[in-house]
Amino acid sequence: MSKSSKKPKFCRGMVCRVTCVTGDGDHVCRLLDLGLTPGTEFSVVKVAPLGDPVEIDVRGARLCLRRRETQGLDFEQVERSG
Amino acid sequence: MAKTKPAPTSTACVALVGNPNSGKTTLFNALTGMSQKVGNYPGVTVEKVTGTYSHQGLRYEVVDVPGLYSMRPVSLDEELAARAMAGTEGRPPDVIVFVLDASNLERNLFLFSQTLAAGLPTVVALTMTDMLARERSGIDVAALEARLGVPVVNVVAHRKQGLSELQDAVARAIVERTVPDIDLGFPTVVREAVFRLHDALARAGIDANRSEVRETLLNPESAWNRKLEGNPDIVRAFQEERQLVLGESIQGRTVDAQTRYAWAAKVRRAVLQSSDSRVRAVSDAIDRVLTHRFFGLVIFFGLMYLVFQSIYTFASPIMGWIENGIQSVQSAVSPALAGAPLLQSLVVDGVLAGIGAVVVFLPQIAILFCFIGILEGTGYLARAAFLMDRILGWCGLNGRAFIPLLSSFACAVPGIMAARVMPDSRSRMATALVAPFMSCSARLPVYVLLIGAFVEPQFGPAVAGAVLFVMHFVGLAVAVPMVWILNRSVFKTKRLPFVLELPRYQWPRWRDVALTVTTRVKVFLQTAGTIIFVMSIVIWALLSFPKSEAMDSQYQAAYQSQPDSFKEARTEENYVQAQRVRDSYLGQFGRAIEPAFVPAGFDWRITTAVLAAFPAREVVVSALGIIFSLGGDADEESSDLRSALAQAKWPDGRPLLTLASAASLMVFFALCAQCLATLATIKRETGSWKWAAFSFVSMTTLAYIAAVIVYQVGIRLV
Repeated sequence: MSKSSKKPKFCRGMVCRVTCVTGDGDHVCRLLDLGLTPGTEFSVVKVAPLGDPVEIDVRGARLCLRRRETQGLDFEQVERSG
Repeated sequence: MAKTKPAPTSTACVALVGNPNSGKTTLFNALTGMSQKVGNYPGVTVEKVTGTYSHQGLRYEVVDVPGLYSMRPVSLDEELAARAMAGTEGRPPDVIVFVLDASNLERNLFLFSQTLAAGLPTVVALTMTDMLARERSGIDVAALEARLGVPVVNVVAHRKQGLSELQDAVARAIVERTVPDIDLGFPTVVREAVFRLHDALARAGIDANRSEVRETLLNPESAWNRKLEGNPDIVRAFQEERQLVLGESIQGRTVDAQTRYAWAAKVRRAVLQSSDSRVRAVSDAIDRVLTHRFFGLVIFFGLMYLVFQSIYTFASPIMGWIENGIQSVQSAVSPALAGAPLLQSLVVDGVLAGIGAVVVFLPQIAILFCFIGILEGTGYLARAAFLMDRILGWCGLNGRAFIPLLSSFACAVPGIMAARVMPDSRSRMATALVAPFMSCSARLPVYVLLIGAFVEPQFGPAVAGAVLFVMHFVGLAVAVPMVWILNRSVFKTKRLPFVLELPRYQWPRWRDVALTVTTRVKVFLQTAGTIIFVMSIVIWALLSFPKSEAMDSQYQAAYQSQPDSFKEARTEENYVQAQRVRDSYLGQFGRAIEPAFVPAGFDWRITTAVLAAFPAREVVVSALGIIFSLGGDADEESSDLRSALAQAKWPDGRPLLTLASAASLMVFFALCAQCLATLATIKRETGSWKWAAFSFVSMTTLAYIAAVIVYQVGIRLV
């Protein structure tokens, strides 16, 4: 919703939607391959005990991503839970 | 019409393609069983696994293509997979068996849509439907078949269900050679552009199918673009169309991925009959405990303790039996060859000792891979990586490196082999190169000997214990910055996000675990084992030659002319043995390079003992025993050896080993790659001598520099 470039902070249970995939190179390519295409919703299932990585549910698969490796992936929090 | 076309050769080639965790390995094991062959692509840590089966009188060779997320070659593993399918490695496969995980349809269908571009006959093996059934969902197989345009066979590989149906479908696909062609729903502008470009290419005499043209259009970095470089007109045509289709803002790759995933989602909605309520319920419940912020870590460390104890402690009695077994064979064979001393020495100290040096690793390898097979099969390994990634991630490794590195504290050989649990070749390489720095159990005797001789008498047992503890972390302290540097220099290419998938928990498939263990043992014996055996014999020869009767009688005369006090301290046999080593090629080499090691506080005797320990680190203790005329039976607890070391002198009368030079020797031993088995394993796992040489040179250099620093600082302080 907010136009600010700051991404929402991951916390358990939140639902996000990919708004835009920016940048190029293999890094972004891999995120697209995993189904994080613009418009896709994903939910944060769990944050690892040591704070990183974050387990997300995207298209029915459970993936872990490191926070700092979500660069190039813009997303917004969807205002509903569950 | 196609039926008249005979199969290209008597053996049909089947490529098994699929996502990681799609049940591909279980299916491969069920199809091929014990016929598997494991090779290595040269220079990389990617294995080429093949196997065969027979069906209705025809032989099929199955290639297990590494698990992929995308056919667009992003990582090295994917590049090799793409090459295997394009046929640049030998001939292209006759048929693709695509392993489709029913519990993860969208992402699997995404990859499926990409494999179609290869234009090969395809059969889909639908896996994990048993798991779906437990969650009260199911797949409409007929609908899926209609949507995909290829035969779909439901397979439960570990129960052998659907295997013969799959084999029938493969046989039919090869005969009929029908290539699927489905409409993925690309935007009209893209399709029109592809149509025009396809025409242009045909006019230029370049043969390409439409998916290849589309890939080239949407992905400016695809391999095809490079092929077209010699053809400026075509390149310009592609650029113009790209401009037209994509405009300025949208990226081709995004359009491509979005279209494929939209198609995949549509197919999933059409074929998945889901109740949606119990999806992953059991798995999530288990995860609430196993990845819990407190209990998860407690269970993890408990399990790791068990794994470590198993290879460190439980394996040692078995290794003891092997050593005793080899020794009893040696003593049984030895008298029979007493008439021919050289042959006796070759058989006993060369061949039999060489076999022992190889076989002794098997218990640790088997036990470790049994654990890995179970942890991987259940899905726990991914959770372990999830828990540990933060600790290992910052320096360029990832959570999966924990088990290989932990195992390396017992022995680097199974540790390096365990780097196979890492999904990408880059982190496998980094892990394999760091693993030898971990303080393995073979370094322990050296620490015990030197600490017992030089630290304990002076400072007492408490300090001795502390020093022993610290020595275990010297390697780790050097390895962490090293991997950090490696990641920013040697491996700086292609930094991909670390992707970790958490599959549903499953019971381990015992057949898969058993195959993992036997494959690893076989691979070790065939490749690393051969190198270790041959090199052991080479080192034996360097230690045994030159050899002559005349020299032996010279040594004996020299012994007889010594004063009685000298003779009391050592037997004639031990003295002669020490002199033989001194004059052997290895001893000569040790004496020749002595000047280089003087700054580190070593003389030729220590240098030669270190060189002689190349086949196995722990041999350094018995080598020192021989060189100091105490015979080869001396162990690290031997007080004779400790006092011999404490009393040893330089030619000018200064004590040879002081606290400073003992510390220097320990640090050298902690860091050097003076281990043949480790280097042979690196060679096998990376597929090239280059990395083994890199490891040897870099570790030896580091060890030398550190030893010189410790000695030079030490003699100034103490």
